[in-house]
Amino acid sequence: MGEALPLENIDARIDAARQRDVARALRAFLPERCVLWREEETRPFECDGLTAYRRVPMVVALPETEEQVQRILKTCHAMEVPVVPRGAGTGLSGGALPPGDGVLLAMAKFMRVVRVDPLARVAVVQPGVRNAAISDVVAPFGLYYAPDPSSQIACSIGGNVAENSGGVHCLKYGLTVHNVLRVRGYTMAGEPVDFGAEALDAPGYDLLALMIGSEGLLAVATEITVKLLPKAQVARVVMASFDDVEKAGDAAAAIIAAGIIPAGLEMMDGAATHAVEQFVHAGYDLEAAAILLCESDGTAEEVEEEIARMERVLERAGATRMSVSRNEAERLKYWSGRKAAFPAVGRISPDYYCMDGTIPKKRLGEMLNFIASLEKKYGLRCPNVFHAGDGNLHPLILFDANDADQLHRTEEFAAEVLEKCIEVGGTITGEHGVGVEKINQMCTQFRPDELATFRAVKRVFDAKGLLNPGKAVPTLHRCAEYGRMHVRRSSPDRSALPHPELPRF
Amino acid sequence: MDAAARDFAERVRDAAGRKHALRLRGGGTKDFYGGPLAGEALDVRVCAGIVDYEPTELVITARCGTPLAELEAALAQHQQMLAFEPPHFGAGATLGGCIAAGLSGPRRASAGAVRDFVLGVRILDGRGRDLAFGGQVMKNVAGYDLSRLIAGSLGTLGLILEASLKVLPRPAAELTLKLEMPEERAIETLNRWAGQPLPISASAWHDGDLAVRLSGAASAVHAAAENLDGERVDEAQAARFWSALREQTDSFFDGDAPLWRLSVRSHAPRIELPGAQLIEWGGALRWLRTRADAATVRAAASRAGGHATLFRGGDRSAGVFAPLPPESARLHRELKAAFDPAGILNPARLYPDF
Ligand SMILES: Cc1cc2nc3c(=O)[nH]c(=O)nc-3n(C[C@H](O)[C@H](O)[C@H](O)COP(=O)(O)OP(=O)(O)OC[C@H]3O[C@@H](n4cnc5c(N)ncnc54)[C@H](O)[C@@H]3O)c2cc1C
Repeated sequence: MGEALPLENIDARIDAARQRDVARALRAFLPERCVLWREEETRPFECDGLTAYRRVPMVVALPETEEQVQRILKTCHAMEVPVVPRGAGTGLSGGALPPGDGVLLAMAKFMRVVRVDPLARVAVVQPGVRNAAISDVVAPFGLYYAPDPSSQIACSIGGNVAENSGGVHCLKYGLTVHNVLRVRGYTMAGEPVDFGAEALDAPGYDLLALMIGSEGLLAVATEITVKLLPKAQVARVVMASFDDVEKAGDAAAAIIAAGIIPAGLEMMDGAATHAVEQFVHAGYDLEAAAILLCESDGTAEEVEEEIARMERVLERAGATRMSVSRNEAERLKYWSGRKAAFPAVGRISPDYYCMDGTIPKKRLGEMLNFIASLEKKYGLRCPNVFHAGDGNLHPLILFDANDADQLHRTEEFAAEVLEKCIEVGGTITGEHGVGVEKINQMCTQFRPDELATFRAVKRVFDAKGLLNPGKAVPTLHRCAEYGRMHVRRSSPDRSALPHPELPRF
Repeated sequence: MDAAARDFAERVRDAAGRKHALRLRGGGTKDFYGGPLAGEALDVRVCAGIVDYEPTELVITARCGTPLAELEAALAQHQQMLAFEPPHFGAGATLGGCIAAGLSGPRRASAGAVRDFVLGVRILDGRGRDLAFGGQVMKNVAGYDLSRLIAGSLGTLGLILEASLKVLPRPAAELTLKLEMPEERAIETLNRWAGQPLPISASAWHDGDLAVRLSGAASAVHAAAENLDGERVDEAQAARFWSALREQTDSFFDGDAPLWRLSVRSHAPRIELPGAQLIEWGGALRWLRTRADAATVRAAASRAGGHATLFRGGDRSAGVFAPLPPESARLHRELKAAFDPAGILNPARLYPDF
């Protein structure tokens, strides 16, 4: 972790007496298979997708029913035991990092699709259901669930709700917050709450919007109602090459200016293109400084009309080469490299650190030049892939974690990129969440009064501060410490990302 | 702006010190909506103007007092729009009021509501603290999503100084069809259509007439129109129709019978209550002109999977919004107290007890 700030309790030893008491209290109403405390059983839960942070949980609870969730919460609330909810553990910001002095509440057994209503186009699912499984189940009705994070074959809908996850199609179809109608859950005190409704709105404050993206700090989700969309008849993608990254960025802006909202609008720079071409052999243009993938979906007539418009705009924006997918196989081939960008980059470097800032699109050129200057300054390479349509960047810093100096330089590099995101009017995280990873940068992005408001909201839901403590919102004390350090760091060591089979962006 | 913001902050702090209620007000076009108006009026219209608008970013940032009409005109110059089609309910509607009221128009079912387009807000809370949440970018998950919480909070959590909204291109083509259809069949048909890739952007059923608006690429709109087989409505007439619906100037809204708004499951069967009904949002919104008592209307709405609001007129003494279940009510009261401990911002505008 280099000189990054130590996390509270990260190395805390487990208190054996406390562990026994808590496990016993839970065993009073949970079957043996639902309570784990022996290290060989709890060790597999020590981290999520941000493997740099690990901590063996004191106790793991694996409830099977809502009543059990409620009783676990009530018991922990009464005993003042911290609780950390966990979905599939693919989170990239350490949101599901376990408590060394508490209970990791693993929702993995909540795997049931409760109800599909094809006429009303909703599905009611338990939080442990995998994102992709929802679309699979409703496919026979010609419907799907739109948000498609690249981890979708593994991540859970409960985790998506907690992180407000996005995917390549969210420019046109929205994020999790736009596609969930209702969440049922329990507060830390074990009180049931309904957020939203099966109608398009609910009375009072929009607590649903507050719950989504709250990183498991406000309530535990136990049932989720998602909106389903009709599948488009056709989708086709234009692949365009540019001899300059800034031109490619301007081309993305020109598409939007022409009144087109593509189903996907993604960009890879030359370094990323080289890495993925070696990996997937999709026939990418290796001469290009940047490649844009611009997708249109809809009815056959609509797509034909839109693709023609896209081609005209890209041509005028200086595309040096263009090809349009002629069939579904070709479309998937064009996308394959973009989808596999992370593992592909993983093959050309011992380690890489994936960042997740969002910036106004007009600052893209400036940002890319800045990153190029940091590559020189720190002597590290940094290919870029990003959601060009909404300005969400995923620069990938390549390093070797065995070289302490490289690790250190990577940290500095990443910190400068995050601070630059804030400086140009963007944000430190577009979709991966703050978790423990970016908690220090929260002190830069928000002023003390704003952080105090976040903490006040937290207290409304969880007066004792027991649900997922130490994540997402920094304490006053922490920001003071961080301020004193002067140097701003993030924590880039993700050398051993789990789920290596998944594309990463 | 900063002078205005400082001045507002001063007034809020002063009111908080004296526990003196403030009534935040833009154009006053939504004075009819929600609970009773209480407290000294604080007119926010001095704080107006578009701060930033970059069409290629699909984002506009403007101050609270900016007239909605001015905002929409600026967007129209670049063939863009507020996709949630907010009702103005009068010439003076402002951006701040639009967000605080959280009301969306005919396009809501297909495009989303106000809250779906709010990217960031700058507010003064009940202590007069100047706070910014969210931002000007489309994807942002740093901190709790308090800017969406502000949407629809009727000024009870803070004075909105400035807001950033996502905007969308205007559709290249638009066409309205009229079909004759009994109510039950219209509800079923609208739901079935919504499950197919059709470019339906608005719908309205009343008294046996179903109107459907198609928006999108010209080819898609025309192909769908062939498919749906309705009578094409003249363009100017269609524009008048949707605007009258959104602004509630249509004759359905005339007269003094209480107007109830029922937000329900889209395929809920016909609401069995006396009085005229108008259906929007593919079945998810039912307008009712009924003198049935509040308990009866609310019970019907919950059977339909939703809730009822006494939108205009009627006996407003017991509150106009559906009562909240206990834990949700506690969360509401305590959130209000977190933002506005002295309880001075638009008290009782949302619920009688805060
Ligand atoms: C290879 C790879 C690719 C990725 N691609 C994307 C991408 O394209 N877009 C994107 O947005 N993200 C992406 N991610 C990040 C991650 O997959 C998402 O954040 C995902 O939503 C996490 O889901 P999970 O079930 O794994 O949650 P976990 O990692 O288990 O938990 C994440 C957070 O949710 C909370 N939580 C989990 N379940 C509940 C519940 N039931 N109630 C309350 N809180 C809960 C946890 O406490 C934690 O804070 C990627 C990750 C990987 C490893």
